[in-house]
Amino acid sequence: MSDLSLFIIAAILIPAVGAAFVASSGSKPNVREAYTLVTAALLFVVVFLLVPSVMQGARPATEGFDILPGLTVRFVIEPLGMIFAMIASTLWIVNSIYSVGYMRGNNEKNQTIFYTCFAIAIASTMGIAFAGNLFTLFLFYEVLTLSTYPLVTHKGNDDAKAGGRMYLGILLTTSVVFLLPAVIGTYYVAGTGDFTAGGIIPADESPFLIAALSVLFIYGIGKAAVMPVHRWLPAAMVAPTPVSALLHAVAVVKAGVFSVVKIIVYVFSIDLFSGSGSTDWVVYAAGFTVLVASIIALGQDNLKRRLAYSTVSQLSYVVLAAAMATPLAIIGAAMHITAHAFGKITLFFAAGSIYTAAHKTEISQLNGIGKRMPFTMAAFTIGALSMIGVPPTAGFLGKWYILSAAMEIQDWFVLFVIFVSTLLNTGYFVPIIYRAFFKTEDVAPSHEHGEAPWPVVLALSLTALGTLSLFLFPEVPLTLAKALVGQAL
Amino acid sequence: MLIDQFPAIVVAVPLVAAALCAIIRHETACWLIALVVAFLSFVGSATMLGQIKEYGEPLSYKMGGWAPPAGIELRVDLLSGYLLVLVSLIASAVLIYGRHSVRSEIKEGLRGLYYAMYLLCMCGLLGIVITGDAFNAFVFMEISSLSMYTLVALGKDRRALAASYQYLIMGTIGATMYVIGVGLLFTITGTLNLVDMADRLGPILDTPAAIAGMAFVVVGLSLKIALFPLHLWLPNAYAFAPSAVTAFLAATATKVSIYLLMRFIYSVFGFGFAIEQTPIPEVIMVLSLVAIFAGSFSAIFQENVKRMLAYSSVAQIGYITLGIALANATGLTGSLVHIFNHAVMKGALFMLVGGIALQVGTVRLSDMAGVGKAMPLTMFGFVLGGFSMLGVPGTVGFVSKWYLAVGALDNGWWWVVALLMLSSLLVLAYMGRVIEVAFFRERPEGAAALKEAPKSMIMTAWVFILACVYLGFDTSFTVGVAEQAVDVLMGGAQ
Repeated sequence: MSDLSLFIIAAILIPAVGAAFVASSGSKPNVREAYTLVTAALLFVVVFLLVPSVMQGARPATEGFDILPGLTVRFVIEPLGMIFAMIASTLWIVNSIYSVGYMRGNNEKNQTIFYTCFAIAIASTMGIAFAGNLFTLFLFYEVLTLSTYPLVTHKGNDDAKAGGRMYLGILLTTSVVFLLPAVIGTYYVAGTGDFTAGGIIPADESPFLIAALSVLFIYGIGKAAVMPVHRWLPAAMVAPTPVSALLHAVAVVKAGVFSVVKIIVYVFSIDLFSGSGSTDWVVYAAGFTVLVASIIALGQDNLKRRLAYSTVSQLSYVVLAAAMATPLAIIGAAMHITAHAFGKITLFFAAGSIYTAAHKTEISQLNGIGKRMPFTMAAFTIGALSMIGVPPTAGFLGKWYILSAAMEIQDWFVLFVIFVSTLLNTGYFVPIIYRAFFKTEDVAPSHEHGEAPWPVVLALSLTALGTLSLFLFPEVPLTLAKALVGQAL
Repeated sequence: MLIDQFPAIVVAVPLVAAALCAIIRHETACWLIALVVAFLSFVGSATMLGQIKEYGEPLSYKMGGWAPPAGIELRVDLLSGYLLVLVSLIASAVLIYGRHSVRSEIKEGLRGLYYAMYLLCMCGLLGIVITGDAFNAFVFMEISSLSMYTLVALGKDRRALAASYQYLIMGTIGATMYVIGVGLLFTITGTLNLVDMADRLGPILDTPAAIAGMAFVVVGLSLKIALFPLHLWLPNAYAFAPSAVTAFLAATATKVSIYLLMRFIYSVFGFGFAIEQTPIPEVIMVLSLVAIFAGSFSAIFQENVKRMLAYSSVAQIGYITLGIALANATGLTGSLVHIFNHAVMKGALFMLVGGIALQVGTVRLSDMAGVGKAMPLTMFGFVLGGFSMLGVPGTVGFVSKWYLAVGALDNGWWWVVALLMLSSLLVLAYMGRVIEVAFFRERPEGAAALKEAPKSMIMTAWVFILACVYLGFDTSFTVGVAEQAVDVLMGGAQ
């Protein structure tokens, strides 16, 4: 056991212990928020202490803990997990600052449960990021689903209950009916579930079996929201905005696509996945989702729902890239995970900011709001540009790599999907920006308002800046993404 | 050596103590006696299991000094030791748990007798497991069953009487079938000792008398197990019995009969015959799968939460018997592990529901609105127990399901795996219903204020809930013993 393995354990335990502290803080808001912020800061430090050695090629690992013979809980850090852990731990701090402003500003109830479940969700996210084998991944994947359910149903009204039912129903059903058999099947066929460079499924397995496993994995990982198992994501929008922002734009959904990429790279291996014709369908399923979700987004007037469908579409970009399974495409997938996290959390922060300050939820109400809330709408604009993929925002990078990969293998379908979806992205984001800045208020607001509380504005400005600086300084994630496919920088 | 006497002590002491309780009749005194005796049985059973695990030799006790096969042999090997530990552990825990609920549910004058019956029932269940004699098993079966009918009839609801009567009729039919089967086997082998019977049956297994005997034994035991479609007695008995009785019954009674069925199929008739040359595995498999789906499906529509959990037990018994039908080492391990795991999780759930019955007064789903807020410990435990039933990784339910699924793959039956996974959804449906009502509905206006159940109830239940998680990670006891016990069973085949 090396020193670094202690850091891995710490990264998972810190938020879990933090959750216990938060739970014990009772109804003292200052203490509770202090615990949350301290925990988030500690986690951030621990995760970033791991980065240099992973970038130099180290693969820190913990000892295994056998549950059953052959079935082990074990953590190993590889580049993709490192990227994911960095994203989640960085954005958790920002999101905690934001939560303080949002939850107080909206007088939300039961905040102790809220912060406790949030910390547990982050602990399970770390578990997913560092999972060394399929079983460990599956374990934390389920814990993440269960710990976020109380967050989705936080409001406790009928809408929340219906949303929660859809959320738990789809995520648990897919994971139990598809993912679990896929995990069992993989252990059975390969004799192990360890994530191994070069894959573990024997290349000479029957195409039927490989196709079956790919179906079970892609639809079993409901968190990746490939249609038709995407409906939980719009349903989850009944949650308070910080939940939608960190969990349903970053931690939960990224856990989904992260798992897809990880399984394609380390369980199937990219050679098997791109070489055997039996997995070609994934590209089409993901491409279909990209386009259809964008079209649905066009028709949504509720801002959070439009963002949710945009997330569904953007997640399938990652699945699409991973399914092309060339080195360039995998780099694109990893970069897109990073870029989308920063961009989409900014957009959700902005939506929550508008809700807190102006109590508005519909896009049609946003005329002229840019004058009252310049910071919020500027950040929104940066986030939206990143979604479209315009430089100088991070979204450009991911799209660039995915496009290059598609050109390299001359996949016209993928090129077509990216081209059309970029148009659609423009179509559903630019009108919002236009309304906010170039139209004038047609109805006077019910009350005079300016910007949202300062923690909210601070948080969304930070993530907007992050979106820009990721474009300028992409070295760290890019190095890790290249290491993922075995390339030096 | 004292330990050689343990098999007799473990059964005889509860029997004597039961009589003592019936004479004393003082509630607290009887409770104390029962608790001490149950705990001693547990210590004795655990010691024996430890001894057997270490030396690998079964313990054998000759009743009255008469050597088997003529005399009655009490025989403890790994498999029976495993069940002894389970029964005595649950019996002790339910005694600690049940003080308050017994006080609220059973009339004052009857409480002493309740403990007498409880001890008698435990004595019978331990006896079935410990004896190496087919007829002696019948005697113990009757001891446990008769006392159980009484215990069920003690329920507060008047329907408990009808339920008990129904249970009595069905149970008696089952026991009669069993004894007819044993009689047939006795006429052709001339022995009642199970080991001896297995030896002598070997060459004459193919005779009509042997097959008829086997059929009677298997059907009779299936009734006791409540294997679909012979389960009709179970939901009412579980629903209307006093809460403590339900917790004890659900965790032990059917498990012990499953043990006996395994013994007969694998050790007496033998793998080579019962599994390979008769349709027993196919029949059990189909019935198990139907039990899993029909039981869970019925559970979804129950208004009474205890009845819902009872139907869920019908389904869970299906998982256990499915492992018997898979008839390979992995599947059988899954079956044995699930005997223990299901006892722990269903015991815990019934205990928690018993707490609700005590505080709320009913266990109707519609009366549970808002219980989540008023009794957070109870309902949070219920949620964790539900996760375990669902088979979430990190709980005991997952371990069982893993073994059953791999066992099915070993046979190449991937469709059984698919059905297993689908069946979890039904669990989600019926457990989710309760959780939604408890957490998302407000207590009706003007309803009396609620508080948590007494500490002794909550804590015992939570020990079992935590065990669901602990045993989901540390499987060295359950899987460790089960794997070796499977060797005992499968070894009898060669």
